[in-house]
Amino acid sequence: MANQNTAVAAKKKSSLDKLGGQKFIVILVIIALFLFFSVMSANFRKYTTIVSILDYSYYIVLMSIGVTFPLITGGVDLSIGTGLICYSLVGGYLISFHNFPVWGGMLVTVLFGVAIGLVNGTLVAVMDIPPFLVTLCTCMITRGLGAIIVGGFGITWPTATQPGGWFRNIFKISIDARTKIPIGIVWVLILVAVMSFVLNHTKIGRYTIGIGSNKEAARLSGVNVKFYHIMAYVISGLFAGLAAIAYSAVFATVQPGTGAGFELEAIGGAIIGGVSASGGAGSVTGSLLGVFVICLLKTGLPFIGLQANWQQIITGLVLIGAVLIDVIKKRREVH
Amino acid sequence: MGEVILTMKGIDKSFPGVHALDHVDLEVRRGEVHALMGENGAGKSTLMKVLTGIYTKDEGTITFEGKEVEFHNTREAQDAGIVIVHQELNMLGHLTVAQNIFFGREFKKGIGIDDRKMNEEAAKLFERLNIDIDPTTTMSDLTVGKQQMCEIAKAISHEAKVIIFDEPSAALTEAEIEELFKIIRDLRAQNLGIIYISHRMDEIKVITDRVTVMRDGAYVGTLITEDCTKNDIINMMVGRVIYEDPKTHSMVPEGAPVVLKVENLNAGKMVQNVSFELHKGEILGFSGLMGAGRTETARAIFGADPKQSGDIYMNGEKVTINTPQDAVNHGIGYLSEDRKRFGIVVQKSVAENTTLATLKEYLSGIFINKRKEEKVAQEFVDSLATKTPGVDQLVVNLSGGNQQKVVIAKWLCRNSDVLIFDEPTRGIDVGAKNEIYKLMNKLAAEGKAIIMISSEMTEILRMSDRIVVMCEGKITGELDIAEATQENIMNLATREIS
Repeated sequence: MANQNTAVAAKKKSSLDKLGGQKFIVILVIIALFLFFSVMSANFRKYTTIVSILDYSYYIVLMSIGVTFPLITGGVDLSIGTGLICYSLVGGYLISFHNFPVWGGMLVTVLFGVAIGLVNGTLVAVMDIPPFLVTLCTCMITRGLGAIIVGGFGITWPTATQPGGWFRNIFKISIDARTKIPIGIVWVLILVAVMSFVLNHTKIGRYTIGIGSNKEAARLSGVNVKFYHIMAYVISGLFAGLAAIAYSAVFATVQPGTGAGFELEAIGGAIIGGVSASGGAGSVTGSLLGVFVICLLKTGLPFIGLQANWQQIITGLVLIGAVLIDVIKKRREVH
Repeated sequence: MGEVILTMKGIDKSFPGVHALDHVDLEVRRGEVHALMGENGAGKSTLMKVLTGIYTKDEGTITFEGKEVEFHNTREAQDAGIVIVHQELNMLGHLTVAQNIFFGREFKKGIGIDDRKMNEEAAKLFERLNIDIDPTTTMSDLTVGKQQMCEIAKAISHEAKVIIFDEPSAALTEAEIEELFKIIRDLRAQNLGIIYISHRMDEIKVITDRVTVMRDGAYVGTLITEDCTKNDIINMMVGRVIYEDPKTHSMVPEGAPVVLKVENLNAGKMVQNVSFELHKGEILGFSGLMGAGRTETARAIFGADPKQSGDIYMNGEKVTINTPQDAVNHGIGYLSEDRKRFGIVVQKSVAENTTLATLKEYLSGIFINKRKEEKVAQEFVDSLATKTPGVDQLVVNLSGGNQQKVVIAKWLCRNSDVLIFDEPTRGIDVGAKNEIYKLMNKLAAEGKAIIMISSEMTEILRMSDRIVVMCEGKITGELDIAEATQENIMNLATREIS
């Protein structure tokens, strides 16, 4: 009996290692990348660079928090990138041309995201269409829809000096021209904490994991699987809407037809952060860390003279590495 | 044994084309372990699905604790106190033991879930069951045996009054089975009614109080375990009249050469030291109960699954078979039990399926010679009497029997000497069955050597020249058709392995 106890304990410990393990590796990678770029480039280690890395990370982090949920169910949401641009265009358009107050435009932006999430979720959970197909379709639809609604032109949300420009301070407080406080990181961390709680300590999270782990077993336990499956996509849409606001606050203009590829950075970040490619496992904090790896590569590589195409290649290689870790882990579990 | 807690009376259930349950009775008392036995397809699982609300019955009554009940889903049955511990475990591998046990009915604390209370309650359950499992362990880190204990704990936590065990010991080790029996005895002492489904005769004798036997969807009888012998139960299980005339003697000519010889084949738990010979022109029946290791043996021979050890000889020559491709090159064809998944490409035409394994012969340069392909396919359609409007017809549009003929054509095309038929008539209607049988006899007469894996006793007795019986991964006996009866086959199929 005593032997058995220690065996169980040992096994448990190694599984904890596995969970914390990947995050631990990712943190090390982040530190290593940061040190590497700092040593290689004097410009990189400037305060303004760090602020701009954070600036450009918010919308990807927010998308990544949301998309973690469909990923854990074993699905995916490809519509968040073009969706983000679509929601931002519509919100900004209402503010600029229809005298919506800024908060009203922001609300529409977020609600639009929730609505597309609801469409995605319903098609996946109720109509039983593969998530890849559903969200690929809504990806294309939102891409066209945003451009049509605004008439094909770029949209500018109020600038910091215009009335209504206050919303840009949500993410970055300007003390003077040079000193800026990246306050957005605080909101992002709060949202990470909240969604971490939702994933680990509420029914929504528990059943999201259940669906990804063994959907039939979850159904046989009497859980309203369809509802919670839809909720995963609604959360993804909600956070795509929040990401749209972060994007609007950081960038001067929003261009129709862009946004394709953003989702890959968010999904890539989540997978680097330990979301299992086959569903069931993953964490919000892991996704956050994973996105930082991608953002560091994206902003750091130009400083050492590697341009956009190289970023893509290196990010792709890092992703393959992360997925391989997951696959090898699985294979070891089987044996 | 206490008073009656559950009575099922005259339960009748039909599916399109199948009379699955024909007025079946079952009675369970408090503090009783009641075995439910029968061959594959006797209707045990269907009866349990009717009981737990997965299927609705066409006729009959279910009385539970003195009241007539009708459950519409597993949840309702659970709430009433009838739970099933499935053979395939319904677990969520990424969650902890406690999270699994209370999945779908978590304790709440504010807006969140009270994991601490769930852990405490789970620990109490394990204490009651005398099991040593930490509720905070991740489910996938447990052994299969421990996972099953968790399923049982989950069942108990529903305030269960009747627990159904569906072949609980199939995946367990000896020591785990001992532990399982200890738990079942505890539950019996706590006055629960227990339904125990198993094929293992020795377990039935050890753990159960009464046995109800089913055959072909009908109730045969109920015995007190202590008062009956293994043979009594077997006779009830197989005591049907075989109306399709069985083969009375082997059709294999005297001194037919050995085509395939398998020696001491080992592949995992399901194939242990399997040895046999197959002669030219012979139909060798592989009989046994579900999970006896017959399909696994075939797949190991065919190179579809890895083997640990063992030798295979074709026409007296030792051959190495590591992949299905090797097997095909040595003249072995395998017709899977699951045609749709492994046998045919349903969205392709008859002609394309026929030449799938021999495509090389139909190439002109890098292009496929359609005309040649269609000509050969047409020859097989004619010789096998496949009913299809043309060789360009998609296979998905053919009936099950005709799909099977296309698969046969594929392997004949390849000129295979050995054909392994795995459940050749599953899902095929009676008329088409006879045609497949005729075809197999014709192939054997032409000198093909055939292995036929079948779970249907009548099919085994009608088709085989010789019968190999397997049980739990081992060959337990070999019978010439002249000496084979349902009884002695079933006896071998349920032999206790010491």
